[in-house]
Amino acid sequence: MSAATAARTTAAPTIEFEGVSFAYPDGTQALDGLDLRIEPGETVAIVGQNGSGKSTLVKHLNGLLRPTAGRVLMDGEDVRAVHVARLAARVGLAFQNPDRQLCAGSVKAEIEFGPRNLGIRGAELDERVKAALDAVGLAGEVDTNPYDMGYSRRKLLAIASVLAMLTPILILDEPTTGQDARGVARVGSVVAAAAAAGRTVIAVSHDMRFAAECFGRVVVMRDGSVALDGAPAEVFAEPHWPELRAANLEPPLPAVAGARLGLGSTPTDATLVAALVELAPERG
Amino acid sequence: MSLDLAAVRYRYAGSSSVALGPVDLRVEPGMVVGVAGANESGKTTLCLVAAGMAPGVIGGRIEGSIVVDGVDAATLRPHELAQRCGLLFQRAATQLTHTTATVFEEVAFGPCNLSLAADEVVERVWWALGALGIEALAPREPTRLSGGQGQLVALASVLALRPKYLILDEPTSELDPAGTALVADALVRAARETGAGILLVEHKTDVLARIADEMVVLDRGSVAMRGPVADILGDVRLADLGVEAPAKVRLARDLQAAGADFTAELASALG
Repeated sequence: MSAATAARTTAAPTIEFEGVSFAYPDGTQALDGLDLRIEPGETVAIVGQNGSGKSTLVKHLNGLLRPTAGRVLMDGEDVRAVHVARLAARVGLAFQNPDRQLCAGSVKAEIEFGPRNLGIRGAELDERVKAALDAVGLAGEVDTNPYDMGYSRRKLLAIASVLAMLTPILILDEPTTGQDARGVARVGSVVAAAAAAGRTVIAVSHDMRFAAECFGRVVVMRDGSVALDGAPAEVFAEPHWPELRAANLEPPLPAVAGARLGLGSTPTDATLVAALVELAPERG
Repeated sequence: MSLDLAAVRYRYAGSSSVALGPVDLRVEPGMVVGVAGANESGKTTLCLVAAGMAPGVIGGRIEGSIVVDGVDAATLRPHELAQRCGLLFQRAATQLTHTTATVFEEVAFGPCNLSLAADEVVERVWWALGALGIEALAPREPTRLSGGQGQLVALASVLALRPKYLILDEPTSELDPAGTALVADALVRAARETGAGILLVEHKTDVLARIADEMVVLDRGSVAMRGPVADILGDVRLADLGVEAPAKVRLARDLQAAGADFTAELASALG
């Protein structure tokens, strides 16, 4: 992304959920009095058991769902009062299922769709498409039909199509699902690049390693509200394991190793290695 | 008794390139065979081919042979094949019938189509839901489930057919860690107790390390590595094939790379 394009990304708004509840028409209570505040530029991984309300939560940010009680605010403004088109320019959401999102006949047209709807044309449009394709490693696939690509690459394409909108808030619903090791690394670099550009990044994930390594904050959901909230080293620290397990989660393996070795909270490979090396410098 | 693929090659309808093959593979009853590989290495195609979906339903051209318990799969009719090879699609939305109002009916759909007695259908549905710990979802609408819940229902609908061979395309991809462990346990039970043979495509190598007996790694449609699961998952070539080593293997290497030998510490910490 060029400096000029980066500069055009407007500052991310503060996000606030105030006592938000949401029930689906069949009566399922997906969110239950949820409170959450996300500052501009934060990277937040939302984790929690299947059916705990994670996807429902993020769909409240781009107007796909509206709370049945409580309020969702952006910079203090109730999103219920914001037109969906204006929300779309601020919040980009890559769906859990890319097939709910992809609609064009070529990769290029797919990525152009979002920015075109924001009024972007010409050289800037080309530049955005190129940057988004490079970011997810699909640069050679401009003319490919999305449905000739396997699931993992359709998923990366869905992420690219949202990236190209350069929304100040980027939301990825289960971005690492179906990805191989390189795919997961790509998604990690997408998160890092968006964060470096000052964008707020929110990802729903079941991948604890991805959450611990790529995000500054981890929010654990349980039964439609927030059970734990903090930096990975806090959330994955041993005292919280019972709560994690109650939410169907497991601490990442390096956290378990670090705790058993009495090294404190080491949620990532890197923190575990650093703690061990510090412990035994004479052998290093 | 086994599911055998011999010199199988497959190309999708309208495609000039070979998507899979040559592949030789054997799944025996009671055995879990893991399949790993980079994105687009042919894992899903292998599932479709092994289950007779490709070319049986979606067309395309196949060479080689697929033999199920001594019978050429190409000669089996769809309902005969369905009782032998049950396929779980990568996407739950592809699996679900979209014609039922409740999860119970959804899971009953397959057994009903096998013309089983009502008592047996009911027994199988509760058994399949119970195996995955989702009895509580029985009255819910199948299309209004979360991604992970939908995946569990799709798997239950395959288990309820009680096929001799289960062909599963990333059954835990949308599941939380506890759900992943639950499915892994359910699959081990299916293999050990009911003697099902399982072909399991899985990116989570920790799952393969735990439950697979053997595994193959695919690379551009062909088998690049095969062997006992512990040997394959400890092989340094895995990374070049786009497959992540299990967390224990990875950590041990990270520590070695840090310039010190912490093997003993790691072994004592992780058992």
